[in-house]
Amino acid sequence: MSDLRDLYQEVILDHNRSPRNFGPLEGADLKADGHNPLCGDKISIAVKVEDGVLTDVRFEGSGCAISKASASLMTEGVKGKSLDEARAMFERFRQLVTDQNALVDPSLGKLAVFAGVRDYPARVKCAILAWHTLRAAVDDNHDIVSTE
Amino acid sequence: MTGVARTESEDSAHVLDETRIREQFPILTSMVGDRPLVYLDNAATTQKPRVVLDRLSRYYAAENANIHRGVYQLSQVATDAYEGARAKVARFLHASDPSEIVFTRNATEGINLVAQTFGRSTLGAGDEVVISTMEHHSNIVPWQLLCEEKGATLKVVPISDQGELDLDELDVLLGPRTKLVSIVHMSNSLGTVNPVREVVERAHARNVPVLVDGSQAAYHMKVDVRALGCDFYVVTGHKLYGPTGIGALYGRRTLLDAMPPYQGGGDMISSVTFDKTTYNEVPHKFEAGTPHIAGAIGLGAAVDFMTSIGFEPIVAHERRLLEYATNALTAVPGLRLIGTAPQKASILSFVLDGVHAHDIGTIVDTEGVAIRTGHHCTQPVMDRFGVPATARASLAMYNNADDIDRLVGALTKVREVFG
Repeated sequence: MSDLRDLYQEVILDHNRSPRNFGPLEGADLKADGHNPLCGDKISIAVKVEDGVLTDVRFEGSGCAISKASASLMTEGVKGKSLDEARAMFERFRQLVTDQNALVDPSLGKLAVFAGVRDYPARVKCAILAWHTLRAAVDDNHDIVSTE
Repeated sequence: MTGVARTESEDSAHVLDETRIREQFPILTSMVGDRPLVYLDNAATTQKPRVVLDRLSRYYAAENANIHRGVYQLSQVATDAYEGARAKVARFLHASDPSEIVFTRNATEGINLVAQTFGRSTLGAGDEVVISTMEHHSNIVPWQLLCEEKGATLKVVPISDQGELDLDELDVLLGPRTKLVSIVHMSNSLGTVNPVREVVERAHARNVPVLVDGSQAAYHMKVDVRALGCDFYVVTGHKLYGPTGIGALYGRRTLLDAMPPYQGGGDMISSVTFDKTTYNEVPHKFEAGTPHIAGAIGLGAAVDFMTSIGFEPIVAHERRLLEYATNALTAVPGLRLIGTAPQKASILSFVLDGVHAHDIGTIVDTEGVAIRTGHHCTQPVMDRFGVPATARASLAMYNNADDIDRLVGALTKVREVFG
Protein backbone atom coordinates (compact mmCIF):
# COMPACT_ATOMS: atom_id res chain seq x y z
CA MET A 1 0.00 0.00 0.00
CA SER A 2 1.26 3.43 -0.87
CA ASP A 3 2.07 6.07 1.69
CA LEU A 4 -0.92 7.60 3.39
CA ARG A 5 0.44 11.05 2.62
CA ASP A 6 -0.07 10.31 -1.08
CA LEU A 7 -3.78 10.15 -0.34
CA TYR A 8 -4.11 12.80 2.34
CA GLN A 9 -1.99 15.48 0.74
CA GLU A 10 -1.74 18.85 2.44
CA VAL A 11 -3.86 20.50 -0.26
CA ILE A 12 -6.61 17.95 0.34
CA LEU A 13 -6.50 18.41 4.11
CA ASP A 14 -6.58 22.17 3.64
CA HIS A 15 -9.63 22.06 1.39
CA ASN A 16 -11.30 19.65 3.83
CA ARG A 17 -10.74 22.09 6.69
CA SER A 18 -11.66 25.19 4.71
CA PRO A 19 -13.71 24.24 1.67
CA ARG A 20 -13.85 26.92 -1.04
CA ASN A 21 -17.07 27.97 -2.73
CA PHE A 22 -19.03 26.29 0.03
CA GLY A 23 -22.62 27.33 0.64
CA PRO A 24 -25.75 28.22 -1.27
CA LEU A 25 -25.65 29.92 -4.64
CA GLU A 26 -28.34 32.54 -5.13
CA GLY A 27 -29.84 32.66 -8.57
CA ALA A 28 -28.32 29.36 -9.66
CA ASP A 29 -29.19 28.27 -13.18
CA LEU A 30 -28.59 24.56 -12.69
CA LYS A 31 -28.47 22.30 -9.64
CA ALA A 32 -27.98 18.63 -8.85
CA ASP A 33 -27.77 16.44 -5.76
CA GLY A 34 -25.40 13.54 -5.24
CA HIS A 35 -25.33 10.79 -2.65
CA ASN A 36 -22.87 8.09 -1.72
CA PRO A 37 -25.02 5.70 0.31
CA LEU A 38 -21.96 3.65 1.24
CA CYS A 39 -20.53 6.32 3.52
CA GLY A 40 -23.42 8.77 3.78
CA ASP A 41 -21.77 11.52 1.73
CA LYS A 42 -24.28 14.04 0.44
CA ILE A 43 -23.53 16.88 -1.90
CA SER A 44 -25.44 19.56 -3.80
CA ILE A 45 -23.86 21.45 -6.66
CA ALA A 46 -25.26 24.71 -8.00
CA VAL A 47 -23.93 26.57 -11.02
CA LYS A 48 -24.46 29.79 -12.89
CA VAL A 49 -24.05 29.65 -16.65
CA GLU A 50 -23.61 32.57 -19.03
CA ASP A 51 -23.10 31.99 -22.73
CA GLY A 52 -22.19 28.36 -22.10
CA VAL A 53 -19.57 29.25 -19.48
CA LEU A 54 -19.67 28.29 -15.79
CA THR A 55 -19.44 31.69 -14.19
CA ASP A 56 -20.02 30.44 -10.66
CA VAL A 57 -20.01 27.02 -8.98
CA ARG A 58 -20.77 26.35 -5.32
CA PHE A 59 -21.44 23.25 -3.29
CA GLU A 60 -23.07 22.22 -0.03
CA GLY A 61 -23.24 18.97 1.88
CA SER A 62 -21.27 16.72 4.15
CA GLY A 63 -18.80 13.97 3.57
CA CYS A 64 -15.36 12.59 4.16
CA ALA A 65 -12.19 14.59 3.59
CA ILE A 66 -11.68 13.17 0.12
CA SER A 67 -15.18 13.98 -1.08
CA LYS A 68 -15.25 17.44 0.47
CA ALA A 69 -11.81 18.41 -0.84
CA SER A 70 -12.67 17.00 -4.24
CA ALA A 71 -15.80 19.13 -4.42
CA SER A 72 -13.93 22.20 -3.23
CA LEU A 73 -11.06 21.83 -5.70
CA MET A 74 -13.49 20.99 -8.47
CA THR A 75 -15.42 24.23 -7.98
CA GLU A 76 -12.17 26.16 -8.30
CA GLY A 77 -11.08 24.12 -11.28
CA VAL A 78 -14.19 24.43 -13.42
CA LYS A 79 -15.10 28.05 -12.73
CA GLY A 80 -14.69 30.04 -15.93
CA LYS A 81 -14.69 26.90 -18.07
CA SER A 82 -17.25 26.15 -20.75
CA LEU A 83 -19.74 23.34 -20.17
CA ASP A 84 -17.91 21.18 -22.70
CA GLU A 85 -14.56 21.89 -21.04
CA ALA A 86 -16.06 20.91 -17.68
CA ARG A 87 -17.30 17.64 -19.17
CA ALA A 88 -13.86 16.95 -20.59
CA MET A 89 -12.27 17.69 -17.20
CA PHE A 90 -14.63 15.18 -15.62
CA GLU A 91 -13.30 12.49 -17.97
CA ARG A 92 -9.68 13.43 -17.27
CA PHE A 93 -10.35 13.46 -13.54
CA ARG A 94 -12.02 10.07 -13.69
CA GLN A 95 -9.01 8.68 -15.48
CA LEU A 96 -6.70 10.29 -12.92
CA VAL A 97 -8.36 8.54 -9.95
CA THR A 98 -9.09 5.18 -11.57
CA ASP A 99 -6.35 4.40 -14.07
CA GLN A 100 -3.21 3.02 -12.45
CA ASN A 101 -1.14 3.78 -15.52
CA ALA A 102 -2.50 7.18 -16.44
CA LEU A 103 -0.04 10.00 -16.67
CA VAL A 104 -1.18 13.08 -14.82
CA ASP A 105 -2.70 15.47 -17.33
CA PRO A 106 -1.09 18.88 -16.69
CA SER A 107 -4.37 20.61 -17.59
CA LEU A 108 -5.85 19.26 -14.34
CA GLY A 109 -3.66 21.63 -12.37
CA LYS A 110 -4.16 21.37 -8.62
CA LEU A 111 -6.60 18.48 -9.11
CA ALA A 112 -3.54 16.29 -9.70
CA VAL A 113 -3.33 15.88 -5.90
CA PHE A 114 -6.06 13.26 -6.23
CA ALA A 115 -3.78 10.88 -8.15
CA GLY A 116 -3.15 9.07 -4.85
CA VAL A 117 -6.78 7.95 -4.73
CA ARG A 118 -6.14 5.36 -7.44
CA ASP A 119 -4.25 3.27 -4.86
CA TYR A 120 -7.34 3.19 -2.64
CA PRO A 121 -10.11 1.63 -4.74
CA ALA A 122 -12.61 1.93 -1.89
CA ARG A 123 -12.19 5.70 -1.96
CA VAL A 124 -12.60 6.38 -5.68
CA LYS A 125 -16.33 6.95 -5.22
CA CYS A 126 -15.60 9.58 -2.58
CA ALA A 127 -13.36 11.51 -4.97
CA ILE A 128 -15.64 11.30 -7.94
CA LEU A 129 -19.03 12.01 -6.35
CA ALA A 130 -18.76 15.80 -6.78
CA TRP A 131 -17.85 15.37 -10.42
CA HIS A 132 -20.77 13.06 -11.16
CA THR A 133 -23.02 15.57 -9.48
CA LEU A 134 -21.60 18.48 -11.46
CA ARG A 135 -22.05 16.46 -14.61
CA ALA A 136 -25.71 15.90 -13.72
CA ALA A 137 -26.11 19.62 -13.07
CA VAL A 138 -24.62 20.73 -16.38
CA ASP A 139 -26.60 18.05 -18.21
CA ASP A 140 -29.69 19.33 -16.36
CA ASN A 141 -30.37 15.85 -15.04
CA HIS A 142 -32.69 15.94 -12.04
CA ASP A 143 -32.24 12.40 -10.80
CA ILE A 144 -30.26 12.22 -7.58
CA VAL A 145 -26.80 10.97 -8.46
CA SER A 146 -25.84 7.86 -6.55
CA THR A 147 -22.50 6.13 -6.50
CA GLU A 148 -24.18 2.79 -5.88
CA MET B 1 -0.30 -14.16 27.35
CA THR B 2 -2.22 -12.59 30.19
CA GLY B 3 -5.94 -12.07 30.52
CA VAL B 4 -7.76 -9.48 28.55
CA ALA B 5 -7.92 -6.62 30.97
CA ARG B 6 -4.25 -6.97 31.90
CA THR B 7 -4.84 -5.66 35.39
CA GLU B 8 -6.98 -8.66 36.18
CA SER B 9 -5.84 -12.13 36.91
CA GLU B 10 -8.36 -14.86 37.33
CA ASP B 11 -7.74 -18.40 38.31
CA SER B 12 -11.10 -19.73 37.24
CA ALA B 13 -11.15 -22.67 34.87
CA HIS B 14 -13.62 -20.67 32.81
CA VAL B 15 -11.11 -18.10 31.61
CA LEU B 16 -10.59 -18.20 27.89
CA ASP B 17 -7.10 -19.22 26.82
CA GLU B 18 -6.42 -16.43 24.33
CA THR B 19 -3.40 -18.02 22.75
CA ARG B 20 -5.12 -21.34 22.20
CA ILE B 21 -8.20 -19.67 20.75
CA ARG B 22 -6.19 -17.47 18.39
CA GLU B 23 -4.15 -20.42 17.15
CA GLN B 24 -7.30 -21.99 15.82
CA PHE B 25 -7.98 -19.15 13.38
CA PRO B 26 -5.45 -19.33 10.53
CA ILE B 27 -6.26 -15.86 9.17
CA LEU B 28 -5.18 -14.16 12.37
CA THR B 29 -1.52 -14.66 11.49
CA SER B 30 -1.84 -12.86 8.16
CA MET B 31 -0.27 -9.51 7.38
CA VAL B 32 -1.72 -6.32 5.96
CA GLY B 33 1.27 -4.86 4.17
CA ASP B 34 3.97 -5.08 6.84
CA ARG B 35 1.56 -5.05 9.79
CA PRO B 36 -0.08 -8.07 11.42
CA LEU B 37 -3.82 -8.07 10.82
CA VAL B 38 -6.02 -6.77 13.62
CA TYR B 39 -9.51 -7.89 12.75
CA LEU B 40 -12.22 -5.84 14.42
CA ASP B 41 -15.05 -6.19 11.91
CA ASN B 42 -16.68 -9.21 13.47
CA ALA B 43 -20.16 -7.71 13.37
CA ALA B 44 -19.87 -7.91 9.57
CA THR B 45 -18.49 -11.41 9.56
CA THR B 46 -16.37 -13.54 11.88
CA GLN B 47 -13.24 -15.44 10.93
CA LYS B 48 -13.33 -19.21 10.63
CA PRO B 49 -11.60 -21.70 12.90
CA ARG B 50 -9.62 -24.54 11.38
CA VAL B 51 -12.21 -27.14 12.46
CA VAL B 52 -14.77 -25.46 10.21
CA LEU B 53 -12.38 -25.22 7.26
CA ASP B 54 -11.39 -28.86 7.75
CA ARG B 55 -15.01 -29.96 7.98
CA LEU B 56 -15.88 -28.23 4.69
CA SER B 57 -12.88 -29.78 3.06
CA ARG B 58 -13.70 -33.25 4.40
CA TYR B 59 -17.27 -33.00 3.15
CA TYR B 60 -16.19 -32.14 -0.38
CA ALA B 61 -13.28 -34.59 -0.36
CA ALA B 62 -15.03 -37.59 1.11
CA GLU B 63 -18.77 -37.14 1.59
CA ASN B 64 -20.08 -35.12 -1.33
CA ALA B 65 -23.39 -36.35 -2.73
CA ASN B 66 -26.83 -34.89 -3.04
CA ILE B 67 -28.98 -35.49 -0.01
CA HIS B 68 -32.39 -37.10 0.56
CA ARG B 69 -33.75 -39.94 -1.60
CA GLY B 70 -30.34 -41.28 -2.58
CA VAL B 71 -30.28 -45.04 -2.19
CA TYR B 72 -26.52 -45.31 -2.27
CA GLN B 73 -24.33 -45.12 0.78
CA LEU B 74 -22.55 -41.88 -0.04
CA SER B 75 -25.85 -40.02 -0.33
CA GLN B 76 -26.83 -41.41 3.05
CA VAL B 77 -23.57 -40.16 4.55
CA ALA B 78 -24.21 -36.69 3.17
CA THR B 79 -27.84 -36.75 4.31
CA ASP B 80 -26.83 -37.80 7.81
CA ALA B 81 -24.24 -35.04 7.98
CA TYR B 82 -26.74 -32.44 6.74
CA GLU B 83 -29.53 -33.52 9.08
CA GLY B 84 -26.98 -33.95 11.86
CA ALA B 85 -26.05 -30.30 11.38
CA ARG B 86 -29.71 -29.36 11.74
CA ALA B 87 -29.81 -31.19 15.05
CA LYS B 88 -26.65 -29.37 16.18
CA VAL B 89 -28.17 -25.98 15.33
CA ALA B 90 -31.38 -26.99 17.12
CA ARG B 91 -29.39 -27.83 20.26
CA PHE B 92 -27.34 -24.65 19.90
CA LEU B 93 -30.51 -22.52 19.90
CA HIS B 94 -32.21 -24.82 22.43
CA ALA B 95 -35.12 -25.57 20.12
CA SER B 96 -37.41 -28.43 21.10
CA ASP B 97 -36.81 -30.39 17.93
CA PRO B 98 -34.63 -30.28 14.78
CA SER B 99 -37.77 -29.95 12.67
CA GLU B 100 -38.07 -26.41 14.02
CA ILE B 101 -34.85 -25.43 12.23
CA VAL B 102 -35.07 -24.36 8.58
CA PHE B 103 -31.79 -23.83 6.75
CA THR B 104 -31.66 -20.54 4.85
CA ARG B 105 -28.98 -18.57 3.03
CA ASN B 106 -28.59 -16.12 5.90
CA ALA B 107 -30.59 -14.21 8.49
CA THR B 108 -31.96 -11.92 5.80
CA GLU B 109 -33.52 -14.88 4.04
CA GLY B 110 -34.91 -16.13 7.33
CA ILE B 111 -36.74 -12.83 7.83
CA ASN B 112 -37.92 -12.74 4.22
CA LEU B 113 -39.15 -16.31 4.55
CA VAL B 114 -41.31 -15.38 7.53
CA ALA B 115 -42.52 -12.21 5.80
CA GLN B 116 -43.45 -14.06 2.61
CA THR B 117 -45.13 -17.04 4.28
CA PHE B 118 -46.41 -16.19 7.74
CA GLY B 119 -46.67 -12.50 6.89
CA ARG B 120 -48.44 -12.86 3.58
CA SER B 121 -50.94 -15.35 4.92
CA THR B 122 -51.63 -13.38 8.11
CA LEU B 123 -51.54 -9.69 7.26
CA GLY B 124 -54.43 -7.81 5.76
CA ALA B 125 -55.21 -4.18 4.98
CA GLY B 126 -55.00 -2.04 8.09
CA ASP B 127 -52.91 -4.56 10.03
CA GLU B 128 -49.63 -3.61 11.66
CA VAL B 129 -46.10 -4.93 12.09
CA VAL B 130 -43.99 -3.54 14.93
CA ILE B 131 -40.21 -3.15 14.61
CA SER B 132 -37.72 -0.76 16.24
CA THR B 133 -35.48 2.14 15.24
CA MET B 134 -32.37 0.02 15.74
CA GLU B 135 -33.21 -2.64 13.18
CA HIS B 136 -30.81 -3.64 10.44
CA HIS B 137 -32.20 -2.87 6.99
CA SER B 138 -32.84 -6.61 6.65
CA ASN B 139 -35.44 -6.34 9.40
CA ILE B 140 -37.02 -3.22 7.91
CA VAL B 141 -37.28 -3.64 4.15
CA PRO B 142 -38.98 -7.10 4.06
CA TRP B 143 -41.75 -5.66 6.26
CA GLN B 144 -42.01 -2.50 4.18
CA LEU B 145 -42.46 -4.62 1.06
CA LEU B 146 -45.06 -6.75 2.79
CA CYS B 147 -46.94 -3.77 4.24
CA GLU B 148 -46.97 -2.08 0.85
CA GLU B 149 -48.41 -5.20 -0.75
CA LYS B 150 -51.06 -5.69 1.93
CA GLY B 151 -51.96 -2.12 2.75
CA ALA B 152 -50.60 -2.69 6.25
CA THR B 153 -48.60 -0.29 8.41
CA LEU B 154 -45.11 -0.51 9.90
CA LYS B 155 -44.85 0.82 13.46
CA VAL B 156 -41.47 1.71 14.89
CA VAL B 157 -40.52 1.55 18.58
CA PRO B 158 -38.16 4.47 19.32
CA ILE B 159 -34.85 4.25 21.17
CA SER B 160 -33.25 6.43 23.83
CA ASP B 161 -30.11 8.56 23.56
CA GLN B 162 -28.17 5.61 25.00
CA GLY B 163 -29.62 3.32 22.36
CA GLU B 164 -32.15 1.51 24.52
CA LEU B 165 -35.52 0.28 23.35
CA ASP B 166 -38.47 2.30 24.68
CA LEU B 167 -40.58 -0.48 26.18
CA ASP B 168 -43.34 1.92 27.25
CA GLU B 169 -43.73 2.95 23.64
CA LEU B 170 -43.82 -0.71 22.63
CA ASP B 171 -46.88 -1.09 24.86
CA VAL B 172 -48.48 1.88 23.16
CA LEU B 173 -47.74 0.56 19.67
CA LEU B 174 -49.00 -2.97 20.37
CA GLY B 175 -52.62 -2.74 19.30
CA PRO B 176 -55.54 -4.85 18.13
CA ARG B 177 -54.21 -4.76 14.57
CA THR B 178 -50.64 -5.83 15.43
CA LYS B 179 -49.88 -9.12 13.70
CA LEU B 180 -46.17 -9.45 14.45
CA VAL B 181 -43.32 -7.90 16.40
CA SER B 182 -39.93 -8.25 14.72
CA ILE B 183 -37.05 -7.11 16.85
CA VAL B 184 -33.29 -7.38 16.92
CA HIS B 185 -31.73 -9.27 19.84
CA MET B 186 -28.49 -7.27 19.70
CA SER B 187 -27.98 -4.14 17.62
CA ASN B 188 -25.22 -4.37 15.02
CA SER B 189 -24.50 -0.65 15.11
CA LEU B 190 -25.01 0.14 18.82
CA GLY B 191 -24.27 -3.11 20.61
CA THR B 192 -27.47 -2.79 22.64
CA VAL B 193 -28.79 -6.12 23.90
CA ASN B 194 -32.56 -5.89 23.96
CA PRO B 195 -34.71 -7.39 26.75
CA VAL B 196 -36.22 -9.90 24.35
CA ARG B 197 -37.93 -11.91 27.07
CA GLU B 198 -39.80 -8.80 28.17
CA VAL B 199 -40.71 -7.85 24.62
CA VAL B 200 -42.08 -11.36 24.07
CA GLU B 201 -44.11 -11.24 27.28
CA ARG B 202 -45.69 -7.93 26.33
CA ALA B 203 -46.44 -9.09 22.79
CA HIS B 204 -47.76 -12.49 23.83
CA ALA B 205 -50.05 -10.82 26.37
CA ARG B 206 -51.81 -9.48 23.26
CA ASN B 207 -51.43 -12.73 21.30
CA VAL B 208 -48.85 -11.20 18.98
CA PRO B 209 -46.03 -13.50 17.85
CA VAL B 210 -42.42 -12.27 17.93
CA LEU B 211 -39.57 -12.74 15.49
CA VAL B 212 -36.08 -12.11 16.84
CA ASP B 213 -33.13 -11.22 14.63
CA GLY B 214 -30.25 -13.01 16.32
CA SER B 215 -27.57 -12.25 13.75
CA GLN B 216 -25.37 -10.44 16.25
CA ALA B 217 -26.46 -12.02 19.50
CA ALA B 218 -25.89 -15.67 18.69
CA TYR B 219 -22.08 -15.58 18.69
CA HIS B 220 -21.80 -13.39 21.78
CA MET B 221 -24.20 -15.10 24.18
CA LYS B 222 -26.13 -18.29 24.80
CA VAL B 223 -29.42 -18.24 22.93
CA ASP B 224 -32.30 -20.27 24.31
CA VAL B 225 -35.35 -19.76 22.13
CA ARG B 226 -37.59 -21.53 24.60
CA ALA B 227 -36.42 -19.39 27.52
CA LEU B 228 -36.85 -16.28 25.38
CA GLY B 229 -40.28 -17.54 24.40
CA CYS B 230 -39.99 -16.11 20.89
CA ASP B 231 -41.84 -17.59 17.93
CA PHE B 232 -39.14 -17.11 15.30
CA TYR B 233 -35.39 -16.61 15.65
CA VAL B 234 -33.01 -16.08 12.75
CA VAL B 235 -29.23 -16.49 12.63
CA THR B 236 -26.58 -16.36 9.94
CA GLY B 237 -23.76 -18.88 9.74
CA HIS B 238 -20.94 -16.57 8.73
CA LYS B 239 -21.28 -14.61 11.96
CA LEU B 240 -21.21 -17.84 13.96
CA TYR B 241 -17.63 -18.61 12.87
CA GLY B 242 -19.19 -20.66 10.06
CA PRO B 243 -19.38 -20.44 6.27
CA THR B 244 -21.11 -17.75 4.24
CA GLY B 245 -24.30 -18.63 2.39
CA ILE B 246 -25.89 -20.58 5.20
CA GLY B 247 -28.23 -19.44 7.94
CA ALA B 248 -31.04 -20.84 10.02
CA LEU B 249 -34.57 -19.94 10.98
CA TYR B 250 -36.03 -21.31 14.18
CA GLY B 251 -39.81 -21.41 14.07
CA ARG B 252 -42.27 -22.69 16.61
CA ARG B 253 -43.50 -25.98 15.17
CA THR B 254 -47.21 -25.10 15.25
CA LEU B 255 -46.52 -21.90 13.31
CA LEU B 256 -44.25 -23.61 10.76
CA ASP B 257 -46.89 -26.29 10.18
CA ALA B 258 -49.56 -23.70 9.48
CA MET B 259 -47.41 -21.56 7.18
CA PRO B 260 -47.59 -21.91 3.40
CA PRO B 261 -44.39 -22.89 1.57
CA TYR B 262 -41.74 -20.30 0.73
CA GLN B 263 -40.33 -21.34 -2.64
CA GLY B 264 -41.50 -24.13 -4.88
CA GLY B 265 -39.23 -26.86 -6.18
CA GLY B 266 -37.72 -30.21 -5.42
CA ASP B 267 -37.45 -31.56 -1.88
CA MET B 268 -40.25 -29.34 -0.56
CA ILE B 269 -43.00 -31.59 -1.92
CA SER B 270 -44.38 -34.96 -0.95
CA SER B 271 -46.14 -35.58 -4.28
CA VAL B 272 -46.59 -33.66 -7.50
CA THR B 273 -49.20 -34.06 -10.20
CA PHE B 274 -50.41 -31.42 -12.59
CA ASP B 275 -53.69 -31.34 -10.70
CA LYS B 276 -52.35 -31.04 -7.20
CA THR B 277 -49.11 -30.88 -5.30
CA THR B 278 -48.87 -31.74 -1.64
CA TYR B 279 -46.06 -30.33 0.41
CA ASN B 280 -43.42 -32.05 2.43
CA GLU B 281 -43.35 -31.83 6.21
CA VAL B 282 -41.50 -29.08 8.04
CA PRO B 283 -38.75 -28.13 7.83
CA HIS B 284 -38.36 -29.56 4.30
CA LYS B 285 -41.44 -27.67 3.13
CA PHE B 286 -39.30 -24.54 3.33
CA GLU B 287 -36.15 -25.90 1.71
CA ALA B 288 -36.80 -26.11 -2.02
CA GLY B 289 -33.99 -27.34 -4.24
CA THR B 290 -30.55 -28.63 -3.33
CA PRO B 291 -29.55 -26.68 -0.24
CA HIS B 292 -26.10 -25.47 0.77
CA ILE B 293 -25.18 -28.90 2.09
CA ALA B 294 -21.54 -28.10 2.78
CA GLY B 295 -22.52 -24.83 4.39
CA ALA B 296 -24.96 -26.49 6.75
CA ILE B 297 -22.36 -29.11 7.71
CA GLY B 298 -19.79 -26.35 8.21
CA LEU B 299 -22.26 -24.46 10.37
CA GLY B 300 -22.74 -27.61 12.41
CA ALA B 301 -18.97 -27.72 13.00
CA ALA B 302 -18.99 -24.03 13.92
CA VAL B 303 -21.67 -24.38 16.59
CA ASP B 304 -19.85 -27.43 17.93
CA PHE B 305 -16.72 -25.27 18.14
CA MET B 306 -18.52 -22.59 20.16
CA THR B 307 -20.19 -25.18 22.37
CA SER B 308 -16.86 -26.87 23.08
CA ILE B 309 -15.49 -23.56 24.38
CA GLY B 310 -18.70 -22.63 26.15
CA PHE B 311 -20.44 -19.29 26.34
CA GLU B 312 -19.50 -18.68 29.94
CA PRO B 313 -15.83 -18.01 29.15
CA ILE B 314 -16.68 -16.34 25.83
CA VAL B 315 -19.08 -13.90 27.50
CA ALA B 316 -16.66 -13.18 30.34
CA HIS B 317 -13.76 -12.59 27.94
CA GLU B 318 -15.73 -10.33 25.63
CA ARG B 319 -17.22 -8.39 28.54
CA ARG B 320 -13.77 -7.64 29.96
CA LEU B 321 -12.51 -6.74 26.52
CA LEU B 322 -15.49 -4.45 25.89
CA GLU B 323 -14.78 -2.68 29.17
CA TYR B 324 -11.10 -2.36 28.32
CA ALA B 325 -11.92 -1.05 24.85
CA THR B 326 -14.59 1.34 26.14
CA ASN B 327 -12.09 2.87 28.58
CA ALA B 328 -9.33 3.02 25.97
CA LEU B 329 -11.51 4.61 23.30
CA THR B 330 -13.22 7.15 25.52
CA ALA B 331 -9.74 8.34 26.51
CA VAL B 332 -9.04 9.25 22.87
CA PRO B 333 -9.48 13.05 22.54
CA GLY B 334 -12.55 14.02 20.52
CA LEU B 335 -13.95 10.50 20.38
CA ARG B 336 -17.62 9.93 21.15
CA LEU B 337 -19.20 6.51 21.47
CA ILE B 338 -22.58 6.03 19.79
CA GLY B 339 -24.50 3.39 21.72
CA THR B 340 -23.95 3.41 25.46
CA ALA B 341 -26.77 1.23 26.72
CA PRO B 342 -26.04 -0.43 30.08
CA GLN B 343 -26.94 -3.75 28.46
CA LYS B 344 -24.59 -3.94 25.52
CA ALA B 345 -22.02 -6.32 24.09
CA SER B 346 -18.92 -6.36 21.95
CA ILE B 347 -19.61 -3.41 19.64
CA LEU B 348 -18.01 0.03 19.78
CA SER B 349 -19.46 2.52 17.34
CA PHE B 350 -17.79 5.90 17.47
CA VAL B 351 -17.29 9.25 15.81
CA LEU B 352 -14.22 11.43 15.97
CA ASP B 353 -14.45 15.24 16.02
CA GLY B 354 -13.65 16.71 12.64
CA VAL B 355 -12.88 13.40 10.94
CA HIS B 356 -15.34 11.47 8.81
CA ALA B 357 -15.65 7.77 9.61
CA HIS B 358 -14.52 6.82 6.12
CA ASP B 359 -11.23 8.65 6.58
CA ILE B 360 -10.75 6.90 9.92
CA GLY B 361 -11.29 3.53 8.24
CA THR B 362 -8.75 4.17 5.51
CA ILE B 363 -6.08 5.43 7.89
CA VAL B 364 -6.39 2.68 10.50
CA ASP B 365 -6.29 0.15 7.65
CA THR B 366 -2.77 1.34 6.81
CA GLU B 367 -1.89 0.21 10.34
CA GLY B 368 -3.38 -3.22 9.65
CA VAL B 369 -6.54 -2.56 11.66
CA ALA B 370 -9.78 -3.65 9.99
CA ILE B 371 -12.87 -1.82 11.20
CA ARG B 372 -16.10 -0.98 9.41
CA THR B 373 -17.19 2.54 8.62
CA GLY B 374 -20.51 3.78 7.30
CA HIS B 375 -24.11 3.35 8.32
CA HIS B 376 -23.81 -0.40 8.98
CA CYS B 377 -27.12 -1.02 7.17
CA THR B 378 -28.87 0.92 9.92
CA GLN B 379 -29.56 4.31 8.38
CA PRO B 380 -32.42 5.07 10.81
CA VAL B 381 -29.94 4.66 13.68
CA MET B 382 -27.58 7.16 12.03
CA ASP B 383 -30.49 9.59 11.60
CA ARG B 384 -31.55 9.04 15.22
CA PHE B 385 -28.10 10.04 16.44
CA GLY B 386 -27.63 12.76 13.83
CA VAL B 387 -24.44 11.35 12.34
CA PRO B 388 -23.81 10.49 8.68
CA ALA B 389 -21.77 7.44 9.60
CA THR B 390 -19.80 5.86 12.41
CA ALA B 391 -16.60 3.89 12.71
CA ARG B 392 -17.29 0.54 14.32
CA ALA B 393 -14.96 -1.86 16.08
CA SER B 394 -16.66 -5.15 16.86
CA LEU B 395 -15.19 -7.91 18.98
CA ALA B 396 -15.13 -11.68 18.83
CA MET B 397 -13.74 -14.38 21.09
CA TYR B 398 -10.27 -14.18 19.52
CA ASN B 399 -9.74 -10.46 20.03
CA ASN B 400 -7.51 -9.28 22.84
CA ALA B 401 -6.18 -6.16 24.52
CA ASP B 402 -3.35 -5.97 21.97
CA ASP B 403 -5.95 -5.52 19.24
CA ILE B 404 -7.52 -2.63 21.13
CA ASP B 405 -4.11 -1.05 21.76
CA ARG B 406 -3.35 -1.30 18.04
CA LEU B 407 -6.68 0.37 17.22
CA VAL B 408 -6.02 3.20 19.67
CA GLY B 409 -2.52 3.60 18.25
CA ALA B 410 -3.97 3.76 14.74
CA LEU B 411 -6.43 6.43 15.88
CA THR B 412 -3.45 8.49 17.02
CA LYS B 413 -2.26 8.34 13.44
CA VAL B 414 -5.65 9.65 12.30
CA ARG B 415 -5.01 12.68 14.51
CA GLU B 416 -1.52 13.09 13.10
CA VAL B 417 -2.92 13.24 9.57
CA PHE B 418 -5.89 15.46 10.37
CA GLY B 419 -4.26 17.60 13.05
